[in-house]
Amino acid sequence: MRNIEPKQITEIIKNSVIKINYNLDNSLVKRLQEAKQNESKSLSKSILDDILKNQEIAKKGNVPLCQDTGVVVVFVEIGQKINILGDLETAINEGVRQGYKEGYLRKSIVDHPFKRTNTQDNTPAIIHQRLVPGNTLKFKIAAKGGGSENMSLVKMLTPAEGKEGVKKLVLDTIFNAGGKPCPPIIVGIGIGGNLEKSALLAKEALLRELDDSSDDSDIKQLEDDLYREINKLGVGPMGIGGDTTCLGVKINYFPMHIASLPVAINIQCHSSRHTEVTI
Amino acid sequence: MINLTTPITLEDIKRLKVGEKVLISGTIYTARDQAHIRLQNEENLKFDLEGAVIFYVGPTPARDNVALGASGPTSSYRMDDLAPNLMKRGLKLMIGKGDRSDKFIQEMINYQSVYLIATGGAGALLSSRIKKSRVIMYEDLGAEAIRELQVEEFPCFVAYDIYGNNIFKDNK
Ligand code: SF4
Repeated sequence: MRNIEPKQITEIIKNSVIKINYNLDNSLVKRLQEAKQNESKSLSKSILDDILKNQEIAKKGNVPLCQDTGVVVVFVEIGQKINILGDLETAINEGVRQGYKEGYLRKSIVDHPFKRTNTQDNTPAIIHQRLVPGNTLKFKIAAKGGGSENMSLVKMLTPAEGKEGVKKLVLDTIFNAGGKPCPPIIVGIGIGGNLEKSALLAKEALLRELDDSSDDSDIKQLEDDLYREINKLGVGPMGIGGDTTCLGVKINYFPMHIASLPVAINIQCHSSRHTEVTI
Repeated sequence: MINLTTPITLEDIKRLKVGEKVLISGTIYTARDQAHIRLQNEENLKFDLEGAVIFYVGPTPARDNVALGASGPTSSYRMDDLAPNLMKRGLKLMIGKGDRSDKFIQEMINYQSVYLIATGGAGALLSSRIKKSRVIMYEDLGAEAIRELQVEEFPCFVAYDIYGNNIFKDNK
């Protein structure tokens, strides 16, 4: 067994939430620069330019990228040979608490659907744990904004609706969301499993590297087709029209019941803040 | 490009046309979901709504060397049913992001107000145009409190004008 102290976990979460709220990934910055080059509408180009300038300012460390510094989502893969000397979720939430305070990040969590009292420290995080073989501990950490999350959905399609049904659902959802999720967006899609599994697949899809593609050739084709078709929708940066509606499409899938074709669409704004840490 | 100084007059409103870039200088107020709900029946208003500008934002806390933290717009549609009451009392400009209901647009035209959008997710950039900030109402709401901001050349675009034009029309 390999022992892990809870304070190591707290430290990882704290440092990660601060880092991602001030720094965009290089691959995302590159993608935004390309989009700006290719954007034909001048007002839309100037919005992409604002987004690029914004990340330059945030990188200096005084002001976060976006005022919505999100809810913290953590996927933890725990090696079976790992022995955590304390409570994992308590350690993660302590990291969130410290990170959101020390990083001057906004506390955006309320305690109850109707009473809506702010918890004041951005806890609790949304934590998904999985036990896996091995002796490592892996964290995938995201700070997910509310604006784009609100435009996300799960729908149970029929198997007969197939690939075309999935495409139509994705295109309709993105068109109807318009400027609300802060386009250009990244689209995470989960296909298969069941109701909750599809939503988890979609969220995990968003945590993939921006430059990768699916290992499955059919799914990769669908990612490429949707990328092109979404950008033809003309929603554009902030919904004002143009060539740049999405910066990436990521699809994860899982086997499903003979009667079902569950599809989850998780929309991520251009302020895509996530990271991975393995110890 | 149009430069506006607060308070906003009807003459200013008439000059604003869809797609135009606007730089606002002067005093603007922040208010989002909870503040809008409270403002509906507020009898003890701490600022003048006549000619006022409201920015839909819940900023991050400020470090010592800045007036306010990240300050980008939040989605405006959630304030659609709550805004007319404020426009009736003189509110002239609203700054947010995303499209709004047809009913809102109609009310906005009736009251001769204008809806502007700022670049969503550009909270650090927009923060650099905010020179001063103080909470004037609902301190208990934290990020959602009403703040009075002094801004210099705060950049926005006209999304709906009083002539019925709509920046989202062909692209939702
Ligand atoms: S959708 Fe994203 S970029 Fe837009 S305000 Fe929310 S977190 Fe920020």
